[in-house]
Order: sequence, then structure tokens, then C-alpha cells
Amino acid sequence: MDQHSVAVDVDRVVKRYGTVTALHGVSMDIRQGEFFTLLGPSGCGKTTLLRCIAGFEDVSEGAIRLKGEDIAPLPPHKRPVNTVFQQYALFPHMTVLENVSFGLRRRGWSDRDASGRSREVLEMVRLSDFAKRRPGQLSGGQQQRVALARALAPGPEVLLLDEPLSALDLKLRQAVRVELKQIQRETGIAFVFVTHDQEEALTMSDRIAVMSEGRVQQIGSPRAIYEAPQNRFVADFIGETNLLDVTVTSVSAGMAELELPGGLPLRCPAAEGAVQGAGHVSVRPERIAIGAPGAGTLPATVADHVYLGTDIQLHAKLDDGAPILVRMQNAGQDSVPEAGSRLGLTIEAGAARLLAD
Amino acid sequence: MARHTDLRRFTGFRGLTILCLVLLYAPLVIVAVYSFNDSASITRWGGFSGKWYVDVFTGPESPKFRQAAVNSFVIAIGAATCATIIATAAAVAMHRTGRFRGKGASIALINLPLMVPEIVTAVASLIFFITIGFTTGLLTIFIAHLVFCIPFAYLPISARMQSVPDMYEQAAMDLYATPWEAFRLVLLPLMIPGILSGFLLAFIISLDDFLITNFVKGAGIETLPTAIFGSVKQGIKPNIMAISTLLLGVSVVFVTLSWLIGRAGQSRT
Ligand SMILES: Nc1ncnc2c1ncn2[C@@H]1O[C@H](COP(=O)(O)OP(=O)(O)OP(=O)(O)O)[C@@H](O)[C@H]1O
Ligand SMILES: [Mg+2]
Repeated sequence: MDQHSVAVDVDRVVKRYGTVTALHGVSMDIRQGEFFTLLGPSGCGKTTLLRCIAGFEDVSEGAIRLKGEDIAPLPPHKRPVNTVFQQYALFPHMTVLENVSFGLRRRGWSDRDASGRSREVLEMVRLSDFAKRRPGQLSGGQQQRVALARALAPGPEVLLLDEPLSALDLKLRQAVRVELKQIQRETGIAFVFVTHDQEEALTMSDRIAVMSEGRVQQIGSPRAIYEAPQNRFVADFIGETNLLDVTVTSVSAGMAELELPGGLPLRCPAAEGAVQGAGHVSVRPERIAIGAPGAGTLPATVADHVYLGTDIQLHAKLDDGAPILVRMQNAGQDSVPEAGSRLGLTIEAGAARLLAD
Repeated sequence: MARHTDLRRFTGFRGLTILCLVLLYAPLVIVAVYSFNDSASITRWGGFSGKWYVDVFTGPESPKFRQAAVNSFVIAIGAATCATIIATAAAVAMHRTGRFRGKGASIALINLPLMVPEIVTAVASLIFFITIGFTTGLLTIFIAHLVFCIPFAYLPISARMQSVPDMYEQAAMDLYATPWEAFRLVLLPLMIPGILSGFLLAFIISLDDFLITNFVKGAGIETLPTAIFGSVKQGIKPNIMAISTLLLGVSVVFVTLSWLIGRAGQSRT
């Protein structure tokens, strides 16, 4: 099977609830076997999109295709898609094994075959010893794994996960991340994973779709999203960044010539759609080097510093008053620039990126 | 709880509580105690005896009471069963089908019989049956009971359904269950405590009804409450106390069952 063939094709989907528009023409291709993450702030439409794919909501416009076939006419129980619900929604009156077998039984498997297959899946999530318990007798992390096993057992084309880790505490969440990613690789099922936690998205995903207010802002690998953000929303939402006001003199072949505040010229990569005139560049705080003021550097004044253990964060101000954040590695320096001292900042080649807006 | 906001420390709390309990239960206790009275008097204690219970089952009035009891139970079981089915369907419509026109009106209509004075319902039912030319008898009692049992069955069923989030049915449908399977395999089992409570409540309400039954029953047809009333009109004998005590026992058992089931259901989800 072609690794890059499309599992789910979301094509200009619009979803309206009365006068509220939750999705404004969302398009994305989710490939077979990939870990695809929907990332965005609360209320941006992540759950709505999952519910449209699962069939709990009808799309107002556009289409969703599963392996090329439009699934609009299919009710939820006919879609080869399973969901891990945020609250797990394990059936409280059934044992763990009955929960996991449920989907297989509905698909016509015999009791014996379904139990056998369910035990295999429970083995995979390391819950074999809990088959006879009821969900109420399990810890949150165990329930989460049962929910995962239940959704995986019928072998769906696509698994939808709506913030499955949000109910777990931090320690457990980090452990489950690794496990989840491993299971995804083993099964080769496409995962559509919803989160508003950027760290989770960056560490687990093959590709991320960053969403905001019902629109897709950018789709790309974690690295592309972090290092080559398309616009101010993405640059700002993923990690920390400095957004500097610049004047663009020319853009061609993906590179821009521009002037930083204070007139310092810079040549840097440009996002698609960036144009001449006033614009913004994103510079990550860890990609700025500090030195003494001098020709070819960006002059700044230190306002404060914050000690973060592995890093030291400098809050500085450019000469036009714009704040700028610099992160320097804690390499055991004897001195950290004092408040009020003057710096010359150097923006490394390729560290800046002209944004589309 | 802070000491001075503890209700139990309010002045007169103990006295008021005891007064209420006495008013509520003293008559019942007296009836229960005197049902074991050896004398035929209902006011003077003549020693302990179970003879009035024997009288209930074998005495001269026993065939009448036996027939009335059979009628009462048949009607109560039938009316409660039908009312529970209808109330369950109504609850599904109210809580699982989203908004629809006339939803508020429907809720009001289902619960209205709780508010209408029973005597009005009784008169109206009788007039209704006469108007449509129905001969009064067991069937009219059954129909009347079914109607006023629905809201009583509906209350616990509806409360239960509201407390079962619809994510369970969605999860079932996500796992290839048809809407009917999702109802049968997931929602219905989760509803069982509410449904049983509703059934038991409806059963007790039907078993106990006097007013409406008395209006719509045909000549010569009696349920336990109407039979007891008929008997009392000719003077109170201790056998009435024995029957009342038996009926009380049945009620207590059912209400306790209903409560236990409700509690078991709550602790599970
Ligand atoms: N049933 C509904 N009726 C009306 N509006 C809705 C409904 N469901 C969602 N919305 C609206 O659609 C928008 C997107 O909601 P959605 O639940 O998809 O957000 P989300 O990205 O999942 O947020 P969160 O991270 O908080 O879960 C919100 O503005 C929400 O208020
Ligand atoms: Mg959501």
C-alpha cells in the first residue's frame, strides 16, 4: 500500500450551527498510516471536525471522503472510523472485555473470535489482567487505554482521538504519549489526534494542522510548523517567538530582502504569500545571538532576565521600544547582562522568517 | 459542618422532629398493633392474636377480598407495565431527539395529571367513558390507572435519562451499533434503575388508588381500596386493620426496593 495515499480527504468543509460558523471551508488530506494532529486553541473547531468525520454532525458544505468515497450518506455506524472520546465513554455496565469486543460483535464476529481478538488488543495496551473488571474499577490511565483498545479492536481505517490525554495528570500524560505513538506505528492506522497542547503536537505528530477560528492556518511537519511558520498566528501559537515589524523591499523565489527596526538590512526566507511593504518577521528567542553593540548588529537594552535552569531568558527592548526576547543557553556563564546594559543582537542566517501577514 | 450552622443544634429541632414523626406514623402503628388484637373491639386491647389475619383469608368476607386483591394486582401490574413503556418512550423523545416543536408543551402534558385535582380527573374519566359508551368495569379501571400512572413512571425514568450522557450511545454507534442496538445494548441497561423505580412507583400508585377507581369501576367490581372502603362503611372490624397492615407491608417492600434500585444505579455510574 502506498504510504502516501490519502485516508481521509477533507474538502472545503463548512459547518454551521444556526448563526455560528464553526468551520469555514476546512481542507486537509490525512494520509494512510500517519499520525495527524489537529492543533488549535479552545473553540477553533477541532471537535467539530472530528464529529463531522465520525458522522455525528452533517457538514453544511463541502465533502469528506474516505479512501476517495464520499461518506456524507453514511450514518456513524456505517463509517469505518472509530473514536477515542475525551471522557472515554466506556460502557459502565460491561466488563473491559465486553467493551473492547463491542465493535467486533456489532460487525458480526462470533463471541469467540471477538473475545480472542479483543484479548490481543488488550495485550497490546498491557491490560490483559483487567479483562474481567468494569470500567468503574480502573484508574484514569487504565480507562484511557481501554478506550484506545475498544476503538482499535475493530481495525478502523482511521482512528479519531479527541484530547485523549487531557484527563490524565502530567506524569502519566508524558508516558502515554510515547505509548500511543508506538501503538500508532505498530498498527499502521491513521490517527487524527486533537490537542490544544503544542508540546504534545510537536512530539507526537507526523504532520500537524494548526487551526484557528474554524480555519486551517498551516499544515506541515512539526519541524516545518515550528521553523517555517506561515503567519503570525502559527508563529505565536507554537512556541515562543519575536514578531518584529519590518519593511520588505523585495520578495523573490522564497527569499525576502527587508529592513529590521532601525534600518538593519536582512535577507531571510519568506512565507508563501508574503509581499513587499510593511510586514512581520518571526525570530525564535533561542536563535538570537548576543554580543557587544557594533556595526551589523541590532542594538537593544536589557530590561530584565529570568533564570530558567537550562536557559536564561533576557527581556530586552529595541531602540524603537519594541520588546524582544532572547534565550541563551545556560553554559555556566559567569555573568548575565545586567538590566540597563546595551547589547548588539545578531540574528543568525536562516533564523528569521518573513510571515505572510 | 460548622457547629452553629448544624441544623441539629437549632432550638426545638428535636421536639419538632418527634412531633412530625408521631403525626405521620402513630396512626399506622396503631393500625398495625391493633390488627393483632384478640378482641373484636378496635379500641380495647384484648391480648395478642393472629386471628384477624386468618379471618382475612378464610372468614366470611374472604372471597370478596380475594377477588378484590386479584383485581388490584392485575390492574396495578398491567397499568404500571404499560405506563412504564410509554414513559420510557416519552423520555427518549424528550431527552434524545434534540429540539422539536411543542417540546415544552409535551413535557407539560405528560406531567399535568400530577397537578390536576384527582377528583376532577375522576369525574372527567367517568364522563368520558359514559360519553363514548364504554361499559364500566375492569377495563375502564385499567385505562384510567394507566393514564394517571404515566407521569409517576415518567419522573424517575426521565431523571435517570438526563443523568446518562448521550456520549454512551454515540460511542456505541461509533462502534457500528445501529441506533436500535445502541438503545437496546447501551441506553436501556443504563436506564434500568430508573425504569424499575418508575415501574414500582406506578405500581404502588395504582394499587393504592381509591378515588378514581371508585368513579370508573363498574357495579360489583372492586379493588382492594374500594372493597376496604365498602367494608368500613358497615363498621370497622379488626380484619380491616389486618388487610391494611398487609397492604402497608406490600407498599413498604416496593418503595424500599425502588429506593435500593435507585441507589444501586447511582453508585454504578
Ligand atoms: N452544538 C453546537 N451548537 C452551537 N455551536 C456549537 C456547537 N458545537 C460547537 N459549537 C461552536 O463551534 C465552535 C467550535 O467548537 P469545537 O467544540 O469544535 O471547539 P474545539 O476546538 O473542540 O474546542 P476545545 O478545545 O475547547 O474542545 C465553538 O465556537 C462552539 O461554540
Ligand atoms: Mg473539543
